[in-house]
Amino acid sequence: MNAIVKVENVGMSFETKKGRFIALQDVNLQIRSGEVVSLIGHSGCGKSTLLNLIAGLTLPTSGVMLCNGREIAGPGPERAVVFQNHSLLPWLTCFENVHLAVERVFGAKEGRDALKARTAKALEMVHMEHAAHKLPQEISGGMKQRIGIARAFAMEPKILLMDEPFGALDALTRAALQDELIGVMEKTGATVVMVTHDVDEAVLLSDRVVMMTNGPAATIGEILAVDLPKPRDRLKLAHDARFAECRAAILEFLYQKQMKKAA
Amino acid sequence: MTTATLAQALEGPAAAAEMESGARNAAHVARDGAAATEAPVATSPAPGPVANRPSIGEYFGSFMRVVLPPLIGLGLVVGLWALVAMKSSDFPGPAKTLEAAIVLFSDPFYSNGPNDQGIGWNILSSLKRVAVGFGVAALVGIPLGFIIGRFAFMNSMLAPIISLLRPVSPLAWLPIGLMVFKAADPASTWTIFICSIWPMILNTAQGVQRVPQDYLNVARVLNLSEFRIITKILFPSVLPYMLTGIRLSIGTAWLVIVAAEMLTGGVGIGFWVWDEWNNLKVEHILIAIFVIGIVGLLLEYLLLLIARRFSYGVN
Repeated sequence: MNAIVKVENVGMSFETKKGRFIALQDVNLQIRSGEVVSLIGHSGCGKSTLLNLIAGLTLPTSGVMLCNGREIAGPGPERAVVFQNHSLLPWLTCFENVHLAVERVFGAKEGRDALKARTAKALEMVHMEHAAHKLPQEISGGMKQRIGIARAFAMEPKILLMDEPFGALDALTRAALQDELIGVMEKTGATVVMVTHDVDEAVLLSDRVVMMTNGPAATIGEILAVDLPKPRDRLKLAHDARFAECRAAILEFLYQKQMKKAA
Repeated sequence: MTTATLAQALEGPAAAAEMESGARNAAHVARDGAAATEAPVATSPAPGPVANRPSIGEYFGSFMRVVLPPLIGLGLVVGLWALVAMKSSDFPGPAKTLEAAIVLFSDPFYSNGPNDQGIGWNILSSLKRVAVGFGVAALVGIPLGFIIGRFAFMNSMLAPIISLLRPVSPLAWLPIGLMVFKAADPASTWTIFICSIWPMILNTAQGVQRVPQDYLNVARVLNLSEFRIITKILFPSVLPYMLTGIRLSIGTAWLVIVAAEMLTGGVGIGFWVWDEWNNLKVEHILIAIFVIGIVGLLLEYLLLLIARRFSYGVN
């Protein structure tokens, strides 16, 4: 089994004014090449913390994190991140935002024209070539997130990390972007880890859904394998018995086993 | 429009920011080609004498709303001034001052030796001192601000010193300048340098500290080089703060130059005011007050225009 990312006995705690806060404890997870994994759980369960650990934006207080057999010591372009709020630089055009990443990853090996072609191709993949020379403030939220996804895919990362990529979008835009993402993942065969709080999204997009227990000291509660054939079509799945089963399993976990006390 | 923007410029940064966003929205609409070309067609009424009349009235109404209040304010001040002047024997009224101004501005660039030069020369030499002192302060202060903002150690090292020196009137530094430079002209430039540098250091440092963590995370994930981080992320995101610092310092510099020149003498608007006081030409002092005000306003407005060019919406 060729695991790209191995998370072994990882714990994460923060020092706060009230003392130590343990966010994650004894997390074990292996992510295989080409696999799409969703992390789902109630808010505050540490799913974003786990994603940041894989990204290397924060380092674990205990345990081992490996990517391609090497310890994760910091962020790097082989683990691209799509941020929840897209994090495009407002002073660069969409093209320049993507190009900044392309240049960094391929600048040493490829000529200027090849780099530009890569950037253009990435924009084309998310159907945003028409907005290449617009500033982020001139396009809609959904379009910004498309550019964020293009930026991440353009880096050809070993693994793509998404932190609630569609969380800030309305339902219709979200569905359109999910379909877009299904297409892009199909084309590239990317390995993806995605944080989400949307049950449908988790089932629709992933091969496995990792369900996390409530914090503090959160850990992985259950892992559900979604054995639905790919590529998936949201309309057909709506009447699929297996889809409904997966959905029910997650809902049961979230709302029975991990019922959150009223906040 | 101009009157309104100038008035807003006086109301300080909050109003300025509001205005900037307003201007940006306007630019948005303008850039959106289709909307811009269609809108006037849709709103302008069909051509005809009857349809045109209300639009002219409307135009006149909005014109009156924008122009009338400042005019009334100005009229009140001039009226009050005339009233005070009538009661006083040595205070010149508006008419007398205007007369003197016409004479003064008909030949602004004459030169009869170092102590008798046209008002144009006086303003230009003051502006030159401000430009040099301010320019050197920018060259020193902005990099220093970056360093303080980027490295917590430097911040804790320099913050107490800056807090101690910042409230000191820059004129207190004038004797030090005279001692070091052994001349009046660089000494007044030196005071400008001192008063300009603090807002630049502090605002730049604050800008660096407030670079959104998201942008820095992008830099970390992309593994950008320090050079790229500075040119593509730090500099553009600090620029608006830097420009605020520049705007504040040029305002102070223009305040301080008048006082500094009164003390050092030479050619300059501050010295000119003092010289005219010695000549007992009070109407010239009043003219100088207007001129100093107008130049200050223009400097501020110019920097606002620059700041607007480099401000980006939070997306």
